[in-house]
Amino acid sequence: MSELKSGSNLEKVLKAGHFAFTGECGPPKGANVKHLKEKFKYLKGNVDCVNLTDNQTAVVRMSSLAASALMVTEGLEPNFQMVCRDRNRLAMMSDILGAHALGIRNMLCLSGDHQSFGNHPQAKNVHDIDSMQLIALVKKMRDEGKFMNGDDIDVPPELFVGAACNPFADPYEYRVYRLANKITAGADFIQTQCIFNMEKFRDFMKKVVDMGLHERCYILAGVTPMKNAGMANFMKKFVPGMDIPDALIARLKGVEKKDQAEEGIKFALEQVAEFKEMEGVAGVHMMAIEWEHMVPEIAERAGVLPRPVV
Amino acid sequence: MIVADRKSLEEILGMVADNKKILILGCKGCVTVCNVGGLKEVEILTSSLKIARKKAGNPIDIDIQVLERQCDTEYVAELGEAVNDYDSVISMACGVGPQFLSEMYKTQTFYPAVNTTFFGGATQHGVWEERCAGCGTCGIHMFGGLCPIARCAKSLLHGPCGGSSKGICEVNADTECIWDSIVKKKMEAGQLADLMGVRGLKDWTTARDGGPRRSIREELVQGNI
Repeated sequence: MSELKSGSNLEKVLKAGHFAFTGECGPPKGANVKHLKEKFKYLKGNVDCVNLTDNQTAVVRMSSLAASALMVTEGLEPNFQMVCRDRNRLAMMSDILGAHALGIRNMLCLSGDHQSFGNHPQAKNVHDIDSMQLIALVKKMRDEGKFMNGDDIDVPPELFVGAACNPFADPYEYRVYRLANKITAGADFIQTQCIFNMEKFRDFMKKVVDMGLHERCYILAGVTPMKNAGMANFMKKFVPGMDIPDALIARLKGVEKKDQAEEGIKFALEQVAEFKEMEGVAGVHMMAIEWEHMVPEIAERAGVLPRPVV
Repeated sequence: MIVADRKSLEEILGMVADNKKILILGCKGCVTVCNVGGLKEVEILTSSLKIARKKAGNPIDIDIQVLERQCDTEYVAELGEAVNDYDSVISMACGVGPQFLSEMYKTQTFYPAVNTTFFGGATQHGVWEERCAGCGTCGIHMFGGLCPIARCAKSLLHGPCGGSSKGICEVNADTECIWDSIVKKKMEAGQLADLMGVRGLKDWTTARDGGPRRSIREELVQGNI
């Protein structure tokens, strides 16, 4: 993993052996560039790159490609998310070329939440290809300089290819093999789903290490600080693929309401501390959902500042 | 078979609101098997329409007929010019029926009384489930005999996605995650290797994406069989 594939900051940080710290930012429900740029301020200098979500939970927002391009102009590094729900292979390849042209160097390949969860449930979905094939598609475009039909690309895109992994979805015993498949397909790095069940994640990472997957790919552990017990309850009940132990909810409920946010942050910080020591974990992906202004404090208290300059 | 659901009485009443004399046409094919458009259902719809219209002080005259199949010109032709004796005709066949009828009898109006839903079968009495998406390139043998194109909400070829929970699809609590079943079947059979690696992109030209499809059997066209 020594030769640079994209030259992205994230790639350099990881290849230099640093513990990566990435952030996330949801584009606005509108063309509110001012608001978006305000959110960027909290992330700048505190993370190695920022995921720009692609119509997350199938709710229409400013395009992740446009938001990623705006981020480049503001001097931050985006991780451009692309889901298979909204684009066919033509649109995907076209946007991948566009992403490179706009200075984007990281990309995360996802299936996408089903449109029935979002605000246009009547929409037709695409799913021309799936996330596994999207990973392979970007890799082929970058490494072979070819479109999927075999035609040559005039200046191939250079992207550090990411993928997601949810160790908490079922069937559990297959999840490590699906991860292995994503790495075989071409994933350079993995960002996991939000982790709350640490016991299960420890077991999962043991399987990952036993299979040597951490030596073929950088694995970033997903962390979301809970704002209060209500958020934990909501995610447990309504967000697919979430595994939130009752003990965590009890811990949040165990303190006064005004102190629940601090308790949520404390748990997140304990997680980061453990991930720093956990074999196979190359960094943390901090998803402070609509809580970007807390990222500077979280990063400071997590002891990940200053971010390495490579 | 092709599975369908009957439209609401209200919707059908709206279609024929201005008509005084109509024909309701059933079909002895798939819609008879899935209890939506055979003789019994034609009679039920007829009674329901008559009662509703009588109650509204606007009675309607209804004749009924059930064709062997509405997806075959030979049977559709049996109607003949008598079909024009009616203000309109309600077809209880799948979406193919009203089209074959409209193509043959160009001046008559044919209303669909059912919503054609999917290719599937009955898993228990009164319950039908989708099994095939008609993509034109069958590969179910690669997935333990279970079709992810028709049965995965995202048509994944490398599932299950991160929303699979306890064997249930994230989209609907009543829907099994077909990828959960595929993976478990393969793992139990010691055939995990079948699921490793990346499949080539699916060629959708044989599906609806390639435009309206046509199937030509030359030996039949030439009358050899």
